[in-house]
Amino acid sequence: MLASGARAIRDEVAAGRVSAVEVCRSFLDRIERLHASLNAFTLVDSERALARAADVDRRRAAGEPAGALAGVPVALKDNLCVRGMRTTASSRILEGFIPPYDATVVQRLEAAGAVIVGKTNCDEFAMGSSNENSAFGPVHNPWATERTPGGSSGGSAAAVAAQCVPLALGSDTGGSIRQPAAFCGVVGLKPTYGRVSRYGLLAFASSLDQIGPITRSAADAALALGVLAGLDPADATSSPQPVPDCGAALTGDIAGLRIGVPRAFVSDGVDGGVRQAFDAALDALRGRGAALVDIELPHAKYAIPVYYLVATAEASSNLARYDGVRFGYRSSRDPDQGLKAMYSRTRDEGFGAEVKRRIMLGTYVLSAGYYDAYYLKAQQVRTLLRHDYQQAFERVDVVAMPTSPIPPFRLGEKTDDPLQMYLADVFTVSANLAGLPAISVPCGFTDGRLPVGLQLTGRMFDESTLLRVADAYERLTDWHTRTPEL
Amino acid sequence: MVALTTSDVERIAALAHLELTADEKALFARQLAGILAYAQQIQALDTSGVPATAHVHAGAHPEREDEPRPCLPRDEALGNAPDAAPEAGLFRVPRVIG
Repeated sequence: MLASGARAIRDEVAAGRVSAVEVCRSFLDRIERLHASLNAFTLVDSERALARAADVDRRRAAGEPAGALAGVPVALKDNLCVRGMRTTASSRILEGFIPPYDATVVQRLEAAGAVIVGKTNCDEFAMGSSNENSAFGPVHNPWATERTPGGSSGGSAAAVAAQCVPLALGSDTGGSIRQPAAFCGVVGLKPTYGRVSRYGLLAFASSLDQIGPITRSAADAALALGVLAGLDPADATSSPQPVPDCGAALTGDIAGLRIGVPRAFVSDGVDGGVRQAFDAALDALRGRGAALVDIELPHAKYAIPVYYLVATAEASSNLARYDGVRFGYRSSRDPDQGLKAMYSRTRDEGFGAEVKRRIMLGTYVLSAGYYDAYYLKAQQVRTLLRHDYQQAFERVDVVAMPTSPIPPFRLGEKTDDPLQMYLADVFTVSANLAGLPAISVPCGFTDGRLPVGLQLTGRMFDESTLLRVADAYERLTDWHTRTPEL
Repeated sequence: MVALTTSDVERIAALAHLELTADEKALFARQLAGILAYAQQIQALDTSGVPATAHVHAGAHPEREDEPRPCLPRDEALGNAPDAAPEAGLFRVPRVIG
């Protein structure tokens, strides 16, 4: 049961061969058993989950059609709101916050019969690449518990890798679904900007944030995307583009498909084991009839500075709402010193170091005298980067890169040097800046037995092609079926 | 090289409503200067005439009817406040005017 994917569980529940309650109990037991070693969850609500699972069983017994995710246990990154379920974004500043509403993705999951089991640990407000910036402490990588699971959706990726759930949701602003998926040896999909409603996602950088699934196969990612995607009146940036049946695109046929490889961009600073796995993955795809095409993305090397200027500027604005008035933590120090002192103390005591660093950077680049040189300039280079991809997609169907230049690093290894941590995002941030869909698929291990991810980036709204290539690759290899010993 | 003084950091912290400790001011002065120095590389690019991308769907401006719709009941909106006055329907804050 624990090794089954979302689709297999749905099929078993829909056929009545297993009850949703039995499924739920199995995964809840697994979560409890592994919590001390992984720290992947910030909250588990067994009572609610079992009640929802019983509802699914009751509806099946009454002859109602089974939903696309009937009885599938799902974990949510703790920056997604569920009515009545504590939501923290792994931050002290949201202490005690109980959302009075559901995120649109939560409504869609539950309408499809999914059973939400709890919330997963993440970097505070999704800011980080190692899950070490969490008020709940770091998550441990299931493959090597002294190492990071990646971030910021580290808990979601670790939970799926450790078979605590077959499906988890993450959010991806600069790689926060794909990089932890790569580090934990699972599949992570960042949909096209606008494909999935952001209503009920605690905002980090609104022009970059996107919610997506973490699973153990491309087929399960396709199944989940079909449930999550679509126009939502509550999010003005959600797209009216029709949602295709991505499952139907999984034909295994990639003959004639053109895969662009930005050789110059991926030549520097890539770990030897990562490079080997990446090259072998490209060979495997070529062996199935895909053509490898050298491409250039001349502005991709500027993506990290552009990203950290744009994302922090947006964050400094979005996080202004955490001021101790309407929700969350309020400093109790010297309350008679007035409102402004309360704001500043609440924010100093409530936010962790990385969040403060990014608010400071974002405030600086938006401030008088620096706006044009930093923020506006970064937005212009963002346009040039989008053009790079537009030109590339005239010649190729997908772009391939390693998801991360390095394998999972040791906890504590990069915490003293924020810039070094930022540089680990070099291959993932471009997709967010350009709004493009991208997926990370397990493509092997380094000599040290650490997972490596293959990243594929596609045209706007062309998740179908990404999933088709990812699924075809999974048919050629068994990396995605490997599981850590726990 | 970008140099940030403690008073620069204090000015930004005031704009951001963050009361930083002395240690945080010194740390952020050093770290933000390092990050900004790295970001300087984009200054070398000629972007004259290049439009800014604030948003990848910037062309789309969906509209809806301007009609009232259900919203959060007042008691639920106040339910998460650290200091609410629900009977008055208000959030309570420290004194604003001396």
